[in-house]
Amino acid sequence: MANFENVVVETDLLILGGGMASCGAAVEAAYWAKQHGLKVTLVDKAAMDRSGAVAMGLSAINQYVDLRSGKNTVKDYVDYVRNDLMGVTREDLVASIARHVDSTVHLFEKWGLPIWKDEQGNYVHEGRWQLMINGESYKVIVAEAAKNALIQSGVGQYFERVFIVEPLLDGDRIAGAVGFSTRENKFYIFKAKAVMLAMGGAVHVFKPRSTGEGLGRAWYPPWNSGSSAYFTLKAGAEMTCQEVRFIPVRFKDAYGPVGAWFLLFKSRATNALGGEYMVERKAELDNWGPYGRVKPIPANLRNYLGMLDVMEGKGPIYMRTEEAIAKLAEQYKDDEKAYKKKMKELESEAWEDFLDMTISQAILWAASNVQPEEKSSEIAAAEPYFIGSHSGASGAWVSGPEDLQTEETKKEYFWGYCNMSTVKGLFCAGDASGASSHKFSSGSHAEGRIAAKAAIKFIVENNTMPNVDMAHVEALKAQILKPLDTYEQYKNATTDPEVNPNYIKPKQFMFRLQKIMDEYAGGVSANFTTNKPSLERALELLAFLKEDSEKLAASNLHELMRCWENVQRMWQAEAHVRTILFREETRWPGYYFRADKPKLDEEEWHCFVNCKYDPNTGKWEMMKRPILHIFPQAKEHELLGG
Amino acid sequence: MPSYVNPEKCDGCKALDKTACQYICPNDLMVLDKDKMKAYNRDVSMCWECYNCVKICPSQAIEIRGYADFVPMGAQVTPMRSTDSIMWTVKFRNGMLKRFKFPIRTTPEGSAVPDGGWETKADLNSPALFTEPASLCGPEVFTLKK
Repeated sequence: MANFENVVVETDLLILGGGMASCGAAVEAAYWAKQHGLKVTLVDKAAMDRSGAVAMGLSAINQYVDLRSGKNTVKDYVDYVRNDLMGVTREDLVASIARHVDSTVHLFEKWGLPIWKDEQGNYVHEGRWQLMINGESYKVIVAEAAKNALIQSGVGQYFERVFIVEPLLDGDRIAGAVGFSTRENKFYIFKAKAVMLAMGGAVHVFKPRSTGEGLGRAWYPPWNSGSSAYFTLKAGAEMTCQEVRFIPVRFKDAYGPVGAWFLLFKSRATNALGGEYMVERKAELDNWGPYGRVKPIPANLRNYLGMLDVMEGKGPIYMRTEEAIAKLAEQYKDDEKAYKKKMKELESEAWEDFLDMTISQAILWAASNVQPEEKSSEIAAAEPYFIGSHSGASGAWVSGPEDLQTEETKKEYFWGYCNMSTVKGLFCAGDASGASSHKFSSGSHAEGRIAAKAAIKFIVENNTMPNVDMAHVEALKAQILKPLDTYEQYKNATTDPEVNPNYIKPKQFMFRLQKIMDEYAGGVSANFTTNKPSLERALELLAFLKEDSEKLAASNLHELMRCWENVQRMWQAEAHVRTILFREETRWPGYYFRADKPKLDEEEWHCFVNCKYDPNTGKWEMMKRPILHIFPQAKEHELLGG
Repeated sequence: MPSYVNPEKCDGCKALDKTACQYICPNDLMVLDKDKMKAYNRDVSMCWECYNCVKICPSQAIEIRGYADFVPMGAQVTPMRSTDSIMWTVKFRNGMLKRFKFPIRTTPEGSAVPDGGWETKADLNSPALFTEPASLCGPEVFTLKK
């Protein structure tokens, strides 16, 4: 076996991941840990300053409820999220985040994040829930507060460039995690009384539209490989909404954001003939039950109407940027100086939107000589992503807070500690927790705080160090390092290390997974459409892939990480396929379409679909869970938020 | 090759305790060739073009060339990041230049105080987070329990 030194780290709370949710967890945990004499350890596979989904920056904060102004309520946000997700949402979890998120945004501002203000000093809203920011250094600032909290409190520490693979369990309780350094031959064994997990969603499970160099230009970052889903599945945690993938419609190919264009600049999207699919296809919305009648129209239905245009040969679809800018500047047209100033301001805002968060889109515009005030730009549906923090919903099934339950919901949604999964002591936030969509960056941070506080409470009330079976740890170590051994054993069997009958390299393994998912599970080339036989075929092919994962080979630590990232993707894929197979309806037509079950079926399928992998037997279990409301049931139009 | 290194400018960060681009790359792509003492991007098709290597490089040796499989040639987008703002130069394929400057933070680097200066008096058993209710700036923490 490859010679790796064991590094054992004992801590009270272990925070896995270094993105927005984990940084929130660190800030909150440090405070409570200090009060109770506990230790906190955070582990990130990258450098915290620029890790996770906000690594590049952001141009907007997408969740700010603005409770202090009295314009919105927690219930308003819950209604918005439930409707956007076609009725499938844990209201207790969404409310839990919504009641704290403003507090987190106010902290960001104190820490130094520039939030746009109007002349009266109020935040500039991009939309009802969205704030505009100068967010190039958003993650740097949030990470700084997290690191300061861990170090200045004297109770914390953090590890960078340590890649976490497997959970450690003591019976039905989490006991820690194991992984390896991506910089030196060290195997890490973290032992903890509780774990707060937030290691992101999953990208590159499906084949992306760009498969050359542009493979890496995913909308969500390519380093989000399903580490969270893998960890919770392997711990035996119940998972929810594994079918609720997200397909963003973005500026085509470089995936620049469209939010500012739609919401702030009030731009229209039209097909190549000038037709507006949101107007021309309005009648289609009636086919999607009450959700087709709500405002704003659910993201997946907006996607679907655009997709119908493309399928009918009416593409490309364009964002009418020149028209939107002209309209915004129109009121200044009689004053040449003011007009020029406004145009300059709009131009700067438009470019900052990309430069803050998707610089590739700025390159693409410059390379195509696009000036948005002169020319429309193409938009398109990207490929499927697993991102429970955005408009997807996949993640672990976690307990809600006790004080946001009714008598009825408490039986289904509460088991002791907020954000704890069905595994004792394993807490999840951000993309790791499911059925609580639309938390975005700010809500993920708030949820990390909520989960960390609950985890500290768990530790205080269960203050024993779980047992870790070191023989099992050694077996895991051998399994995790095996790709290095496989490579060493066989590398001289051929003259090209990439082509070898004895092993498979992680990149080709990823391509195999992507091809299966793309063609059989409703990817881009299948027009996001699938059916039962295709999904069953996907499972057959995934079974071969799983067998071959034993033969992954890595020539160095970087490739070893890639091997495990792709195993993680494969597990996310399997959970997804099993769940869309189980749910015999089409509920999110702009995310995926079950051609053999093409309609919404409220009677049978207005429920959560959960799944669970049993690490002892290797069996999967599929189950339905009820959707219950925490706010009093009202008439349909009220339920839908007016 | 999304991020690329100018060999004339890269000195392998020999004066620093670690190679800056290698330290920061979120996807573990930038590596130092210790024989040449030059950094390179080891897997360009996994590059997100996040520009973190470009922004952090002390010798401004790293640039981005748009993805060859869909970006026409000839454009260049170059940042200059300081402690409180960032300046962007956008060079178009047709030669046009645009410059933009945006703030990036309102406080000195390193100064983020975890509690933001808000009162911390919450109880471990209450739903309030450690800076609440103060950091909500008005409202009490919402609850269904009256």
